[in-house]
Amino acid sequence: MTIRLDPNIEAPDDFYQALIDTHRDLDEAQSQLVNAKLILLLANHIGDMQVLREALRLAREDGVQLLRSQEI
Amino acid sequence: MQLTETLSQYRAPPEIESGRRRVPVIVVGAGPVGLCAAIDLGLQNVQTLVLDADDSLSEGSRAICFAKRTLEILDRLGCGERAVSKGVVWNTGKVFLQDRMLYQFDLLPESGHKRPAFINLQQHYLEQFLVERLHTLPRGELRFRNRVTAVAQHPDRVEVTVETPDGRYVIECDYLVACDGARSPMRQALGLESKGQVFRDRFLIADVKMRAGFPTERWFWFDPPFHRNQSVLLHRQADDIWRIDFQLGWDANPEEERKPERVMPRIQAMLGPDAKFTLEWVSVYTFQCRRMDRFRHGRVLFAGDAAHQVSPFGARGANSGIQDTDNLAWKLKLIVDGRAPDTLLDSYDAERRPAADENILHSTRSTDFITPKSGISRAFRDATLQLAEHHAFARSLVNSGRLSTPSTYSTSPLNTPDGDAFGARMRPGAPAIDAPLDSRDGASWLIDQIGGRFDLLYFTGTQAVSETMRNTFESLRRLPVPVETLIISAQGVRADIGRFFEDVDGLFAERYDARSGTAYLLRPDQHVCARWRRFDAASIRKAQARALAAETETEVAK
Repeated sequence: MTIRLDPNIEAPDDFYQALIDTHRDLDEAQSQLVNAKLILLLANHIGDMQVLREALRLAREDGVQLLRSQEI
Repeated sequence: MQLTETLSQYRAPPEIESGRRRVPVIVVGAGPVGLCAAIDLGLQNVQTLVLDADDSLSEGSRAICFAKRTLEILDRLGCGERAVSKGVVWNTGKVFLQDRMLYQFDLLPESGHKRPAFINLQQHYLEQFLVERLHTLPRGELRFRNRVTAVAQHPDRVEVTVETPDGRYVIECDYLVACDGARSPMRQALGLESKGQVFRDRFLIADVKMRAGFPTERWFWFDPPFHRNQSVLLHRQADDIWRIDFQLGWDANPEEERKPERVMPRIQAMLGPDAKFTLEWVSVYTFQCRRMDRFRHGRVLFAGDAAHQVSPFGARGANSGIQDTDNLAWKLKLIVDGRAPDTLLDSYDAERRPAADENILHSTRSTDFITPKSGISRAFRDATLQLAEHHAFARSLVNSGRLSTPSTYSTSPLNTPDGDAFGARMRPGAPAIDAPLDSRDGASWLIDQIGGRFDLLYFTGTQAVSETMRNTFESLRRLPVPVETLIISAQGVRADIGRFFEDVDGLFAERYDARSGTAYLLRPDQHVCARWRRFDAASIRKAQARALAAETETEVAK
């Protein structure tokens, strides 16, 4: 299976708000722990190693590009 | 720990007076790995000399967990029973977070095996049993206080210079096996390196004598109340000795931490204020995961920690070292006897290097979990542990050490690829899995019937063995490198002839996916090198030639 990159969440604004609300009143360290748990829970739900690798690659590539553009 | 006087006694080597001599094999280092190599060779009638700079067994517990596969090798060497009777048997591990148990695992969840998943036994006991075993073999000689100071390789021999209390002597051998430990003076003498990763963490080991109510299990704590923010590992050993490993962190001062006034309160906090115990041995260690680029350098073969090193989590050090010698000894034997070409030794490197990589990979992953190297790594570790308390999926991510299992030599040049379809977990390169058998001589184990020679496991099912088949087995026994056949019948079918065994619980058929006519060819180290649904003598000769690295079958016979 390949990773889905077309819109797949029915109510994107609701999800985004729920994600941000999950972190309300948490400090950086607590947020980091919550994020880590979230990734682990979702990764297990997905299960497919090919999809997971693809997601890991995309996340890192975008992140590195962002850092590069900030340097300029 | 002291050996009896006879066994450890130093005698002036005769070569100091008589001049140089040549032996087929010299083993440098009388630790568990070197001793196993020498016993294996001695049992096969290869004159073997073991040289060790020291004159005593190792101190404290050091290597303590010996895995099922190692016990099976020790059985073949004639030491398995002593090790198992003296050691404590365990199959279960438990993992704790703070004050509660996260989960437990069973390392041998099925029955029908002679040996358990693990025993715990202090290294010095194993060394003592091995020294005593070697002493019974006319072809094995062990010399303590014989320090190798120089080694020179020639196309046809290795020349070794040895320093003793009575002076120096030179001795030659066909092959040298360097089992001289992580710092390996042999490796340094040849200008070679072992490269890899040093971990920035320190651990305190304490051997504690006490009568305690802990069960015989491996217990691992993350962040326990008695040692906050660090991990602790508890193992039971023989003689009411308990081994405790405390993670200290990189900034700990090893000299300070070793002092009893530092160690005792740590242990008291763990065991509770009323616990009575004595401290037997204490040490602080760091560790590395590294290996040499190649384990064969001409006529010098590296084995055990000299060749590759891992962290202690997973018990992959001594176990993999003993498996090195299991792989090497039969090859040396056949080469020394002129029954296989010298290139067979290249397969030692081709098989044991991937095995070392597998061990290093597991060990590195465990270490990264136990000692996270960054803030984010720590966050994922803590998240995993917290999730593991409630959700089964996260328990499979918790890594407190993936415990030693034998390597399958899947990419070995000695394997004959399958021509027929097989479904079972066995495959070319895998070590033979045990199964209970029955015969006219009574109940036995498959693992006790094989090894030390090429074996053919022939599953006859419910069929009678034909005259033609018997003649084939007889012809295999007469090969230059003989193949002994073990006939196994289906569950419920008995025959009172020769080496004939009944698959008494049907586990052989299940574990080997065997049907009437299925045959497995095993090497002397009990690893599968070929298998068939239907076979003839020619295909066996061909597979054996391949397992001997011979170009042609006639080369085996030369």
